[in-house]
Amino acid sequence: MSTNNIHGFIYEKDANDIAVVTMNMDGSVNAMNAQYRKAMSETVDKLYSEVSLRGVVFTSAKTTFFAGGDLKEMLSVRAGEEEQQFQQIQLIKHDLRRLEQMKVPVVAAINGAALGGGFEICLACNHRIMLNHPKVVIGFPEVTLGLLPGAGGVVRSVHMLGMEKSLPHLLEGLSLGPKAAIEAGYVDTLVDDADGLIEAAKTWIKSHSDDWQQPWDKKHHTIPGGDIWHPKIISMLAIAPAALFKKTRGLLPAPERILSLVGDTLAVDFDTALRIEARALAYLITTPQAKNIITSMFIQMNAIRRDASRPKNIGPNVVQKLGILGAGMMGQGIAYAAAIAGIDVVLKDVTKSAAEKGKQYTQKMLDKGISKGQLTAQQKDDILQKIKPSDSYQDLIGCDLIIEAVFEDLALKTKVIAQAQEVVGEKVIFATNTSTLPITQIASSVLLPERIIGIHFFSPVDKMPLIEIICGERSSEQTLAIAFDFVKQIKKTPIVVNDSLGFFTSRVFGTFMDEGARLLMDGLDPVLIESLAKQVGMPVGPLAVQDEVSQELSKKAAATHREMGVFCSLGDNSANVKVSERLIKEYSRGGRYHGGGYYNYAEDGSKAIWPKLYSLYHKPEVEISYQDIKDRILFRQVIESLKCLQEGVLRSVADGNIGSLLGIGAPKWTGGYIQFVNTYGLDNFIKRCDELVSLYGERFVAPKIVVEKAAQHQYFD
Amino acid sequence: MSNTAYLYDAIRTPRSKGKKDGALHEVKPVALGACLLRELQCRHDLDTSYVDDVVMGCVMPTGEQGGDIAKTIVQFANWDESVAGVQLDRFCASGLEAVNLAAMKIASGWEDLVVAGGVESMSRVPMGASGGSWLNDPEISQYCTAVPQGIGADTIATLEGWTREDVDAYALESQRRAAYAQKNGFFDKSVVPILDCNNVVISSKDDFIKPNSTLEGLGALRPSFESLGAMGFDLLMQRKYPAIVKINHVHTPGNSSGIVDGASAVLIGSEKAGKDLRLSPRGRVVATAVLATDPTIMLLGPGPAARKVLARAKMQVSDIDLFEINEAFASVAMRFMKDLDISHEITNVCGGAIAMGHPLGATGAMLVSTLLDELERRNLKRGLIALCVGGGQGIATIIERV
Repeated sequence: MSTNNIHGFIYEKDANDIAVVTMNMDGSVNAMNAQYRKAMSETVDKLYSEVSLRGVVFTSAKTTFFAGGDLKEMLSVRAGEEEQQFQQIQLIKHDLRRLEQMKVPVVAAINGAALGGGFEICLACNHRIMLNHPKVVIGFPEVTLGLLPGAGGVVRSVHMLGMEKSLPHLLEGLSLGPKAAIEAGYVDTLVDDADGLIEAAKTWIKSHSDDWQQPWDKKHHTIPGGDIWHPKIISMLAIAPAALFKKTRGLLPAPERILSLVGDTLAVDFDTALRIEARALAYLITTPQAKNIITSMFIQMNAIRRDASRPKNIGPNVVQKLGILGAGMMGQGIAYAAAIAGIDVVLKDVTKSAAEKGKQYTQKMLDKGISKGQLTAQQKDDILQKIKPSDSYQDLIGCDLIIEAVFEDLALKTKVIAQAQEVVGEKVIFATNTSTLPITQIASSVLLPERIIGIHFFSPVDKMPLIEIICGERSSEQTLAIAFDFVKQIKKTPIVVNDSLGFFTSRVFGTFMDEGARLLMDGLDPVLIESLAKQVGMPVGPLAVQDEVSQELSKKAAATHREMGVFCSLGDNSANVKVSERLIKEYSRGGRYHGGGYYNYAEDGSKAIWPKLYSLYHKPEVEISYQDIKDRILFRQVIESLKCLQEGVLRSVADGNIGSLLGIGAPKWTGGYIQFVNTYGLDNFIKRCDELVSLYGERFVAPKIVVEKAAQHQYFD
Repeated sequence: MSNTAYLYDAIRTPRSKGKKDGALHEVKPVALGACLLRELQCRHDLDTSYVDDVVMGCVMPTGEQGGDIAKTIVQFANWDESVAGVQLDRFCASGLEAVNLAAMKIASGWEDLVVAGGVESMSRVPMGASGGSWLNDPEISQYCTAVPQGIGADTIATLEGWTREDVDAYALESQRRAAYAQKNGFFDKSVVPILDCNNVVISSKDDFIKPNSTLEGLGALRPSFESLGAMGFDLLMQRKYPAIVKINHVHTPGNSSGIVDGASAVLIGSEKAGKDLRLSPRGRVVATAVLATDPTIMLLGPGPAARKVLARAKMQVSDIDLFEINEAFASVAMRFMKDLDISHEITNVCGGAIAMGHPLGATGAMLVSTLLDELERRNLKRGLIALCVGGGQGIATIIERV
């Protein structure tokens, strides 16, 4: 056996003249960085220099096969460096092209996750053998990061699978497990035994010595399903942009580029398509959208997952037994989330029947899972057994954490916590689930306030990935660590904020609804307001959202705030309150579940603007530019987020970005409401704020924190 | 004629080998055209809403070049949405036909500012892609005695007694002139670099020219149309020209026009348009002409068309300073010079399509920029452009500096 170690790749040629290249780069994963570029180039050189070679196997020494592009390296690329990027991508492609054009078979032995660039290496092999293990996945997640597979992933996918089959993988970026990878046509064989993987690859090489040519390099190769001249392709290409727009609303350049590139691939030869692909990736790398999405959804999300907002020096906690006070909508959702995470749950309500009813929700969700084939009857029984419905505080003894999830009423919440404390003792950690009530105030009314913390679940609990943990003034680090670990235990993403009126998410969300009400009061057509909010990238318009939240709730919250003397103390959301109160008082329109609000709701689920809204507010003569309307909707929320950072409600930029993206529907392209400012440009942002102030009022004043950062030429990180 | 059709500018893309390894293969035809419109807008700070129409020649208007590509180009260039666009096809004359039509639009007084040009990505939409019954429907082609143009070119050489050496010598001179003109920057004013989505240059100059051509090298190339002729086309030609003993197949890839990708655009407008938009005219269209001659040889139109346009302009051959004849084949250019009794010294002075290529629908308007640049450089007044055209047609245009 001959061995020649290239830095990062272990190169071994066996007695049968098969070279095994084991990728083992510096760091925890193999990635497409400078080290890779050198190692691959040297490897291909060496392979070409071999006198007798029967085949090549690519595999990895890591638990993953290859992690893909180096996103931190990409983030550092500035506008103006596109040409250098293009050349660099071309070099990467050049080596993969040389690899696949060798006259011996090359096999990828995929022993771990091969995503993005990692799977692009696999596609430049003649044959792909994958370890049949649930953790081994393949796929192209680039699109979810504002990028595209630029090392041949798009072009080879199209030439391998055809347009129709490859497009979903490229546009959705989902990871495929072994079975799905085979079905997709991306992988040729599965091997059950990790130790047998290399041997299987070698065996294939021995019996396929003639299979060294890629399909696309064979004479008379045609793209499966046809190229740009095929009538079926022509009609699919005509529809694809509209179908994509339905998903992206034209706000994300990456999927649009991918679709364009697929079209180009169908129109030109393989090598030309590869070159266009390089140009397209070089283009995307410097777009603000890619920078935003990578910064928040990759860098900052990973930091949060790695406990950036968790107190250090406190050991990990595991909740074995969870208590939940209140089996209403939130309580039952929390019970379900905890039970499927393997936690024993005591679901306590005033009556046994109410608690039982809360448990039924989990049963319903599990039945759904069974009907979809996602779990077995046995698994369902095991999970259901974890939830104990109860009407007695006694059952809560032994809980590691108790979540209070009763109605949003300060006195009631204080009362149930105090009652529970009497039975279980004051040392148990209590988390109070609220979206608006002050944690410090709740905590100060019970024993050991340092053991009380706020935990804001979003509705519906099973679908919403975010949890906002709110530290009261006296919540201890230990309490925070327990709450934080619990959130991760139930596989949600935690952000940590400090106690303040509306915390972070509800406060910012309030400005969205308020600006909607202000646009309405300015006389704009409600349909226009809703449409332009969606054009900015909001999932739904501010008026529809207000209907869901309900005008009744907004009115009630305002009343509570007035009582507490804090109404509009942090910002002026009075327009929304004013309209809500008027709609309820004069027209009994309290929201969707109160018979209608801004909209009328038909039995068939459809809705239409309540016609009276026009006679109340609409002034056809009012003209506000679309850009101003969109910016008002977006800037209100961004400004409020910056204020939260400035006031210390947000403890980190990452929490602000992830919280706004996952909790309140910040448009994905913004990378979150604070990251947005970075790529908009701090100076540009301040300038635009000034314009909006002069036209629409003081609520658009750029927060001091931006002005200071801009003066120091810093950005938010 | 009521209004003068002024030439405010004339630009073109580089021409590059029209095969998959050509530099412009990766650029879609719409992008080729749009790049020129953006350049016109940029050069003249053009208020595009002033433009009435964009007329683009394209000879294979199908696939990526289908669906009124001129209108698509207008939109992709992000011009004002009021601007119309029309694609036309008069075979190889399409680009010049666009110029002539634009001139007529202005002359009639019914429009004030028009872009005329053409686009052809021969690498992406190959010759023949759009079909056509003149070649592909046996009933029609038998009735019309359709014979491939190359055999027509060989027939001209045969009738004139031009040998392989004669046509190769012409081709060599085309290469020499084109290389010289390029080297000395004569094309720089009008050739617009093609950039990618990152503003990285894809192509900035004609790359089809072969400056190292030699007579020996050209002489070694195999005739292109010999086997086609042997299939029966020679006999079809001889039915029409029974005095020919044997067609001498002298044309090769070396002395025929090259297959390339490219686009062109000429900004043509009224005096009013110039005043309103502060444009200085570089020249004007004096007269245009189109006609048809024997469809079987197919390539005899340029001479008669030139005579026709001269008559229309009440001019003599001697009134013309420079000529541009599209070098579809060497024999076409040579026959044109013979028909008009003009010297090669004043014809295709910067070389032609044999050296630089003939992107079908774009060529005619490319010749306008080449001729206008050269008239300016030599400080001459008047030039005449002519092309042979499918079906035996001929087209000609006289332009002059103002």
